Amino acid sequence: MIAEIGHFALVLALGLALIQALVPLAGAHWRDAALMNTAGPTAHAQLAFVAISFAALTACYVMSDFSVANVFENSHSQKPLLYKITGVWGNHEGSMLLWVLILALFGSLVAAFGGNLPATLKANVLAVQSWIAAAFYLFILLTSNPFLRLDNPPFEGRDLNPILQDIGLAVHPPLLYLGYVGLSISFSFAIAALIEGKIDAAWARWVRPWTLAAWMFLTLGIAMGSYWAYYELGWGGYWFWDPVENASLMPWIAGTALLHSAVVMEKRSALKVWTVLLAILSFSLSLIGTFLVRSGVLTSVHTFASDPTRGVFILMILVLFIGGALALYAFRAPALKQGGLFAPISREGALVFNNLFLTAACASVFIGTLYPLALEGVTGDKISVGAPFFNLTFGPLFLPLLMAAPFGPLLAWKRGDLLGAAQRLMAAAGIAVVGIAVTFAVSGGGPVLAPFGVGLAVFVIAGAATDIVERTGVLRAPLAVAFARARGLPRSAYGSAVAHAGLGVTLLGIVCVSTWGTERIVSLKPGAKVEIGSYALTFEGMVTRQGGNYRELIARFTVREGDTLRGVMNPSKRTFPARSTSTTEAALLTRGVSQIYVSLGDPNDDGSIAVRVYHKPLVLLIWLGAVVMVLGGLLSLSDRRLRVGAPKPAKPARPAMQPAE
Amino acid sequence: MRRTGSWLVFIAVAMAPLAADPVRAVQPDEILSDPKLEARARVLSRELRCMVCQNQSIDDSDAPLARDLRLLVRERLVAGDSDDKVIAFLTARYGEFVLLKPRFNWSTALLWLAPGALVIGGIFGIAMTMRRRRTAPVASAPLTEDEKRRLQELVGR
Repeated sequence: MIAEIGHFALVLALGLALIQALVPLAGAHWRDAALMNTAGPTAHAQLAFVAISFAALTACYVMSDFSVANVFENSHSQKPLLYKITGVWGNHEGSMLLWVLILALFGSLVAAFGGNLPATLKANVLAVQSWIAAAFYLFILLTSNPFLRLDNPPFEGRDLNPILQDIGLAVHPPLLYLGYVGLSISFSFAIAALIEGKIDAAWARWVRPWTLAAWMFLTLGIAMGSYWAYYELGWGGYWFWDPVENASLMPWIAGTALLHSAVVMEKRSALKVWTVLLAILSFSLSLIGTFLVRSGVLTSVHTFASDPTRGVFILMILVLFIGGALALYAFRAPALKQGGLFAPISREGALVFNNLFLTAACASVFIGTLYPLALEGVTGDKISVGAPFFNLTFGPLFLPLLMAAPFGPLLAWKRGDLLGAAQRLMAAAGIAVVGIAVTFAVSGGGPVLAPFGVGLAVFVIAGAATDIVERTGVLRAPLAVAFARARGLPRSAYGSAVAHAGLGVTLLGIVCVSTWGTERIVSLKPGAKVEIGSYALTFEGMVTRQGGNYRELIARFTVREGDTLRGVMNPSKRTFPARSTSTTEAALLTRGVSQIYVSLGDPNDDGSIAVRVYHKPLVLLIWLGAVVMVLGGLLSLSDRRLRVGAPKPAKPARPAMQPAE
Repeated sequence: MRRTGSWLVFIAVAMAPLAADPVRAVQPDEILSDPKLEARARVLSRELRCMVCQNQSIDDSDAPLARDLRLLVRERLVAGDSDDKVIAFLTARYGEFVLLKPRFNWSTALLWLAPGALVIGGIFGIAMTMRRRRTAPVASAPLTEDEKRRLQELVGR
């Protein structure tokens, strides 16, 4: 019964989506307030029905109702409750349901917080949002229905793939989807604006908070997934240039570019045509990512061809939305008014530079990911494009971005002074040089490029600090004045500085781990020792333990530095009988922001066991940097002028200390 | 096969039937006694694909095939092959598919040249646009009906 309620609610959501896709649009066309106003309530009702549908599926999972095919295939009665719930989106059908739930959530949020939008724009945005929703409801109902029943319900389920039974899976897909799907809002805004044929600086101001929110979720989602892969997959890698990873990275890069170009559009009314295109492209890349992951085309073109129903359906959605959007763009964009002029060396110029390289980096990931598929489709030749290719292309394209990041915020709008900016960055450059020198001294030889990598990271961080120091004049003006200026500085200024600093932090982590990370692969008998970095690990022995739905072999290591005990590590191997698979649970010992990483291989007949031990210096900075970037996003989002919601009554004028941005 | 790449969360579900009993990547018994040769083997391994896996190098992979390839690479190195020779040997045996870094040739020219071409094309495009914009005066768009009415109201008042 519950499954049927869920199924029915989803059908009702589709009906509502169809209404919302057409009625507000007609209303906006005829300037009919009554028709336009249907958009809000239908958006909320859509969310309510999708939520009912999602809750119904969750209930089936929690109650282990194996008469529902989806539950039978992906759950097990002995599974911990948390993983019963997260199993809802650990499979194709359920994850698509989560996808539309988040889509409906964003639609409802726009309806709720879009009070300050012009009525026609709001109606059009919600209508476009509903086209996307309708397409995906149809996709679920026609090709991926999670509520189908089995004729002869079995007693026990097939269990969820053990690798997915992890807290990482509880958090990672929802975050990633919040980002992916959140970009649909900027897409809808872009299409709505093109339909109206009017885009101005205010449009950029309305779009920015939504893009920013989506970008923050995407950043967190990617970082979370990266950390999950790091500890779950058992050999300490954090980024693999896997097509599925690339599918999430591309919208992130495009979204980052969009955030930057929207600034130009908001402040200077320039780059409109480009910003609208980026908004379309960002979500298009999300859709392409969904297609890549969902259609099975990645495994091989041939697998895709053997069961093409789902793939072809998503491909049709893709062609319809991306093709339609780009056609509308080509038709309307030339009519958009052009904004202010600017010199090449200016804040605008810096942001164009940022967009150029971000777009090229995004394109290189795109081409690298799809090239093997295209080549196989066209000539039948099979080639592989992997990490070495991306390191060679993506790296050099990101390098100029990192070097330019400290300069951008120091340049004035319209016409900037590069020499002046360079002079103001002298202190930051000095700190970077000290960083390089110290690294050289400490590392003593080693790869020559690494100290420069550290220097660049330090430069990015110090450069971000320079921005704030310059704006507040904390080193020149009296403290009270500087403090007042610091208070008056818009939060978005802090936001961008913090986010740029986060970029430097991540870079520092990547450089240190890839240069000074060490690895030992050994067979150990109980009592044996292995040394790594300044630590010595002693293998104390092994025990077996019965978990909920698995058996576990746990090894015990004590970690000493000199004579001091630094900790105990318990890496393990789990065997899941339901799927006759096993997972490796690596053990991590965190020392500051560095980690020791131990993962188990196979036991040998002589009582020894294969062990991989890694020392990962500063590895946590990789993800902490992402968190810092998100904090920057939060600061920016809390900026007065971007704060989502109805405009508040003006406060009594503050002392005029708002410096020009 | 067990390593799935972080975003293979979803694919992993589909691939589950293929999940083999794990043999961890690079085993202690594979490691060569000569550290220089071993280091070269590791570098080479990272550029070679485990052909039965999803986009995974033989250095990372747990699949039995990857182990065979790792041993083969080491065998060739011990026999005195240069890095290029090892790569050529494997490509001759398994085809271009085994290379994670595709070789530059006619069918991969677009792949390798596109990123650079995009940057150069982008710079060119931006330069052209900026020049055109600077020479052509910005024509302000005519007022819409609404705006005209509003202007009349304001002026009339």
